[in-house]
Amino acid sequence: MLRENHRGFKFDWVTIIIYLLLVTFGWLNILSASHVGEVVTYFDTSQLYGKHLVFVGLSFVLIILILSIEAKFYERFASIIYITAMLALVGLFVFGKDVNGARSWYGIGSMTIQPSEFAKFATALAVSKYISDLQTNMKTLQDQLKTLALIIIPAFLILLQNDAGSTIVYASFFFVFYREGLQQIYLIVAISTIVLAIIALKFGVLYAAIFSVAVIGGHLFVKRKKRPSIFKSVIVLAVCIGFSYGVKLFYNHGIKPHQQNRISLWLRLEKDASKLERMKKEEAYNLIQSEKAISSGGFSGKGFLEGTRTTGKFVPEQHTDYIFSTVGEEWGFLGSAFVVVLFMALIIRILYLSESQKSQFSRVYGYCVASILFIHFTINTGMVMGLIPTVGIPLPFFSYGGSGLMGFTILLFIFVKLDSNKINEW
Amino acid sequence: MRKLLLLITVICVGLVFIARLFYLQVYNETPYNLFEDNAIRKVYDYPKRGYVYDRNGTLLVANQPSYDVMVIPREVEPLDTLEFCGLLKISKEEFTKKYAKAKNYSPRLPSVFVPQLSKKDYAVLQEKMRKFDGFYIQKRSLRDYQTTIGANVLGDIGEVNQRIIEKQPYYKMGDLIGKQGVEISYEKTLRGVKGIKFIQKDRFNKNIGPYQNGVHDTLPQPGKDITITIDAKLQEYGELLMKNKRGGIIAIEPSSGEILAMVSGPSYNPNLLVGRDRSKNFSKLYRDSIAKPLFDRALQAQYPPGSPFKVMNALIGLQEGIVDVNDKVTCRMGYYYGSRKLTGCHHHKSPVDMNAGIAQSCNAYFVNIYRRIIDKEDDAGAAMNKWSNHAKSFGLGNFLNNDLSVGRPGRIPDGDYYDRAYGDNRWGSTYIVSNAIGQGEVEATPIQLANMAAAIGNRGYYYTPHIIKSIEGDTIPSKYTTPKKTTIDKQHFEPVIQGMFDVYNKGTAEYLQVPGIDICGKTGTAENFMKIDGIKTQLTDHSIFVAFAPKDNPKIAIAVFVENGYWGSRFAGRMASLMIEKYIKGTITRTDLEDWILTHSLENEYAKPYSGKSFKINGETTLQVVEKQ
Repeated sequence: MLRENHRGFKFDWVTIIIYLLLVTFGWLNILSASHVGEVVTYFDTSQLYGKHLVFVGLSFVLIILILSIEAKFYERFASIIYITAMLALVGLFVFGKDVNGARSWYGIGSMTIQPSEFAKFATALAVSKYISDLQTNMKTLQDQLKTLALIIIPAFLILLQNDAGSTIVYASFFFVFYREGLQQIYLIVAISTIVLAIIALKFGVLYAAIFSVAVIGGHLFVKRKKRPSIFKSVIVLAVCIGFSYGVKLFYNHGIKPHQQNRISLWLRLEKDASKLERMKKEEAYNLIQSEKAISSGGFSGKGFLEGTRTTGKFVPEQHTDYIFSTVGEEWGFLGSAFVVVLFMALIIRILYLSESQKSQFSRVYGYCVASILFIHFTINTGMVMGLIPTVGIPLPFFSYGGSGLMGFTILLFIFVKLDSNKINEW
Repeated sequence: MRKLLLLITVICVGLVFIARLFYLQVYNETPYNLFEDNAIRKVYDYPKRGYVYDRNGTLLVANQPSYDVMVIPREVEPLDTLEFCGLLKISKEEFTKKYAKAKNYSPRLPSVFVPQLSKKDYAVLQEKMRKFDGFYIQKRSLRDYQTTIGANVLGDIGEVNQRIIEKQPYYKMGDLIGKQGVEISYEKTLRGVKGIKFIQKDRFNKNIGPYQNGVHDTLPQPGKDITITIDAKLQEYGELLMKNKRGGIIAIEPSSGEILAMVSGPSYNPNLLVGRDRSKNFSKLYRDSIAKPLFDRALQAQYPPGSPFKVMNALIGLQEGIVDVNDKVTCRMGYYYGSRKLTGCHHHKSPVDMNAGIAQSCNAYFVNIYRRIIDKEDDAGAAMNKWSNHAKSFGLGNFLNNDLSVGRPGRIPDGDYYDRAYGDNRWGSTYIVSNAIGQGEVEATPIQLANMAAAIGNRGYYYTPHIIKSIEGDTIPSKYTTPKKTTIDKQHFEPVIQGMFDVYNKGTAEYLQVPGIDICGKTGTAENFMKIDGIKTQLTDHSIFVAFAPKDNPKIAIAVFVENGYWGSRFAGRMASLMIEKYIKGTITRTDLEDWILTHSLENEYAKPYSGKSFKINGETTLQVVEKQ
């Protein structure tokens, strides 16, 4: 203990400072986006920004708690934490509360808790624990499936609760698996899947087929001296075409109309002018308002609390998922680029720290944290800027919401604790 | 490699995002403009428009409130349509149509339902307004003319059009702006500056509160009252004389350049262009392409000045030293070049000196001295330029550059003009002798001729004719108070003025004398033509008269122009004498002249070219006599 006090607790201050910057800046923007009338006092808990300030306070309490617990605790109790989180998700089907059509909240008095926000770090702990087990080899199919199961369970439960956005987050574990030894072929399959799906939707199955033939043909030509199997190639081609067709079928019949519209808007599939006009008022309304707010900010922004579109509440959900549009309007290019840089810096810092971990558990966990933050940041910011179809997930540390802020805080600070303990590892 | 995948992805995504932000916020950026921000509602507070007074302090133009019935369709509750229509004096069908139009424009935004109710209708409606949800009354300010005269002077105001809005961002849809007369030339002074409140609204178009606590808001600055130089009584008298005639009268005070009267016939009542019937009445006036009531003949009619221009040539001749006042010229009923008669003349005693030349308006005399002026130099072009500069120094041949909303430059040709027409140096004085008698290429507007008379009366200088006398709390531009010198020396004016005096004394205007006033004048009779079915047809001559009075220290200089009035003293001369008497004495002693003018109409004369039949002109026609009103 003495040794730990003397040499340990070397918390990574870079991470902590970035965290504090993000939370503070996030709160200022929530204040802007949510205040109604004059801002009299910041501690007005009848206002959303006042409530969020309470959440920030609670998060700081959590940080102290997390950092004071023995680092090994997280590894040892990973399974229990995971099981608890899964039970909490299952419990929603019985005790949950419907908000906006998604059954993702527990209501306790006037407070609501969203367990899916906490399931993320639980899953990260479980995945880290399983992968770092000496007997686990990510190159074997058996272990791959077992780890996949750890992710599929929460993802599936959340999907059943009608929260498709949060489900997508679990795709981020791919980066973790890949880092820990997943074969190259998976990466190729993953990229091909995305590319093929986009081509099939945007240009049709025929073009997807032509693209597949070209790529596979090119591959055969390059590798011709090694006598590759023509038969295998034909099967791959068939799978590709089948997949493209499947995507199209799934797009037309497998998803809900509003999801279909979001994709259609993103890929600009809708050609019917009158329908497009209607979409502008409905599905695309948020997106258009958010883009307008961002571009109206210009280079240096309109200034704190001066955003006219923010004050006028032109962007619905601006304090939660669309918080970045407030940054864009009030702080301009300088402010929004600063936020992007902060997130990049945080993620890169975590990656760098992960690679320097001595225990595999810490490393894998660090990777999980980086991946989850990355996917959240990419999808949320990309959506607000109109680069990615609308997916309702929050911007870490920024968006309004207690469960979200605390979930991410726990996720990050467990890693800070693990990292601080690395000197004691060998 | 495995370690790098996420790192590289993070960096790529970050760069793409920054590029996107750059595109949205910097590359695509238009500078932020509060006025274009549709999240901010702009509410305007219109100041009182300035009043217009005449030179004696008589109020001519004031304001009156007008009431528009406005509607916000989505706030309308079921109502007693029959009663409402009755109050508004519209039919049920109109109601349905107007309502549909307003709803189509926007269910949330107010639109004008019935514009400009009369005060009486408003009084009745106001009592019952609370019964009709979604409708309300908006007050606007309209012009209230205290007079029925001076439409061409006072002008009118109307809603701005898209072109003005684009050019002058001060104006917004629905704002009022001066359209004619002093309303347009003193628009900025009269209108003041409207106040503006910026109000933050939300996406449902609801007001939230003042934007940034109102730091950008401004208070309206009231419009300033102006006093114009017009003498309302003289103006009214001029319009009375101009009844049943077409033409212009313009009277100037020589000692200041102030325009005393500016009459254009036919005229109209300025009240026609106020209120609900404005657009109907305006298009009626606008479409009258024969009488052209919106065409200001005092300012815009550009005619050959005829004989009054002869005095100009007399002055130039004296200044250039090519003629002595006593030089005599023989007139054989015209001017002969060899055996060719270049111009005719009427019967009078011969030979004539300068005094008789002016008094009798002898064509031969002036062709003679004009030729001397042009032939003085070896190069006709150079002499022509010299001549042209003299004439231009009297404000002829160019815009007067004053505060009237319309005008024409007239035309004083110079050497280049004829070089272009005939070829370099391929012309001489005999080509252009018509200029000697104010025909040919010379053209002028009535205001230019009145100004010329003022400059002669002043013996060599004039003040730019202007309409503004004073502005509340402001001074008038110095260009109106600085005299402009002509190129003619002072001593040359006396013989010419004596000639003009003798026009009244014993010349062409002998029977127009006004007892007790020494008037100097000059008659003019100008030939004119019109195309009828593509054929150039001569019409009855225009009657022109230019005068100033009294002879010394003149108080008034005047130009009268009556279309197809035949000879100069017939209509224009009479009217000029009456105007002078009215202004100087305040009463009319020459009631015989007045009666004659008021009982004689030229309407038949004007109808002739449009009758489709062949017609006679000048002396071969009879004058139409009308009842005095």
